[in-house]
Amino acid sequence: MARDVTNNRKIINTAAAWAIGLLIFFPILWTILTSFKTEAQAINDPPLFLFFDWTLENYAVVQERSNYGRFLWNSIMIAGGSTVLGIIIAIPAAWSMAFVPSKRTKDILLWMLSTKMLPAVGVLYPIYLIFIQFGLLDSVLGLTVVLMLINLPIIVWMLYTYFREIPGEILEAARMDGASLSSEILYVLTPMAIPGIASTLLLNFILAWNEAFWTLNLTAAKAAPLTAFIASYSSPEGLFYAKLSAASTMAILPILILGWFSQKQLVRGLTFGAVK
Amino acid sequence: MATTHSRIAARFMLAPAVVLLLGWMLVPLIMTLWFSFRKYLPLRGGDLGWVGFDNYVRFVSSSAFWPSVQTTLVIVGGVLIITVVLGILLALLLDQPMWGQGIVRILVIAPFFVMPTVSALVWKNIFMDPVNGLFAHLWKFFGATPIEWLSQASIQSIILIVSWQWLPFATLILLTAVQSLDGEQIEASEMDGAKPLQRFFYIILPHLARAITIVVLIQTIFLLSIFAEIFVTTGGAFGTKTLSYLIFQRVLESQNVGLGSAGGIYAIILANIVAIFLMRIVGKNLDA
Repeated sequence: MARDVTNNRKIINTAAAWAIGLLIFFPILWTILTSFKTEAQAINDPPLFLFFDWTLENYAVVQERSNYGRFLWNSIMIAGGSTVLGIIIAIPAAWSMAFVPSKRTKDILLWMLSTKMLPAVGVLYPIYLIFIQFGLLDSVLGLTVVLMLINLPIIVWMLYTYFREIPGEILEAARMDGASLSSEILYVLTPMAIPGIASTLLLNFILAWNEAFWTLNLTAAKAAPLTAFIASYSSPEGLFYAKLSAASTMAILPILILGWFSQKQLVRGLTFGAVK
Repeated sequence: MATTHSRIAARFMLAPAVVLLLGWMLVPLIMTLWFSFRKYLPLRGGDLGWVGFDNYVRFVSSSAFWPSVQTTLVIVGGVLIITVVLGILLALLLDQPMWGQGIVRILVIAPFFVMPTVSALVWKNIFMDPVNGLFAHLWKFFGATPIEWLSQASIQSIILIVSWQWLPFATLILLTAVQSLDGEQIEASEMDGAKPLQRFFYIILPHLARAITIVVLIQTIFLLSIFAEIFVTTGGAFGTKTLSYLIFQRVLESQNVGLGSAGGIYAIILANIVAIFLMRIVGKNLDA
């Protein structure tokens, strides 16, 4: 009897959750489906769900016409470069605050976080001016540096919360055995922190990949990543739904897959350890 | 048990990150502050000298200012209400026993990973287009006249798009908080005869209070500066010009850097007011 009741509830829960889940996911699913239609089928009324002539044509056209590969490469360089650079700078900082804390550690951590709160639009022109001055406008290097600085607080914070969970005694033991500071970090701490570093890498790669203020405002043709490539579809000519969908699918699919791996770290990374 | 040696080394290792962030914060901030007190029109004469608080006064007294504040409040408020309320309900649902929980979680989280320009353009064209959009087909199917979403219901449309992007974030964090709820407490309340609604308001909601606060604060900071969602949908037309979009237009489109910078300083002050509350909570957590 009681078993029946719980089973019934489980069925209702399952149905409700799946219905809502599919509803939320639907825009993405629909975009992916549309990318395999012809332009005429894409705007067909009634909409075609699964029974249409599947085609890969749009992917070929998008690649051919707009050189998708170059935008993809820029995205990978900018997101990857900024994340790796950020991690290299953040590891020593996080180590220092996690294992040799001082009275000011907490203030420094909070101050770092506060730089993240600076509204980008408030400093748009100065950055723009600096970029022109140093010839960084529309360059991969310039954008990499800016995105690194934007994500640096999150990277330091995430690494800090991971490092704090590593018992300090292990590091002390290494020190007793005569390990130098650099070898302590390189051979003792880093291997133990690999999972934490990996999830920090993953989440910040995603954040940098999707960043759409600086990438839109500081690039033109040369260094534009996928965010800007997609934005170029906002003033289209003729029928373009299927092509827009194909371009969108190519831009989001790699990150969707990476994102699913990082969902647990997402909470920790974005709440600065306040919710675990 | 840090030695003096390691303490000195620690300072050195902290230095690069601190110096970089300090530069990143101070240099542009000081420049914005400087520009905000000057009449600075790069395309029409350049730097035309000191004007005191003129830009600050003009920014607030321009006819676009108050509407932009209102738009900002409506969008931020609307998205917060939708994402927090739906997020709580969804988190409670996802916490129940069911089949395929992992897959449902993945489906719900997915929108968060979609880049803002993609979600804005897909919604704008494939869903909200008044002729070929999916909503238009749906409306016609029921015999109704399709709505021109981004001009007739522009703010609601933007709220819908942004809520879709942020609901996963709220749900995920609230779900994490729900899962840390003490099962025994719930059981005890059940034995004491508490009804589901009572349980929700007296046990679950108070337990979630902290997570809700964090969701609200973090989202507010991000929502105050949404950009791509407006840039590629309406371009600030049809009453969707938020404060940050107005500043963007002043600075880059009309190239009035002095005026835009004064607006920027307002935006920075506003963001800092929210940030102070967030910092308090995060800071408290550091002590624990």
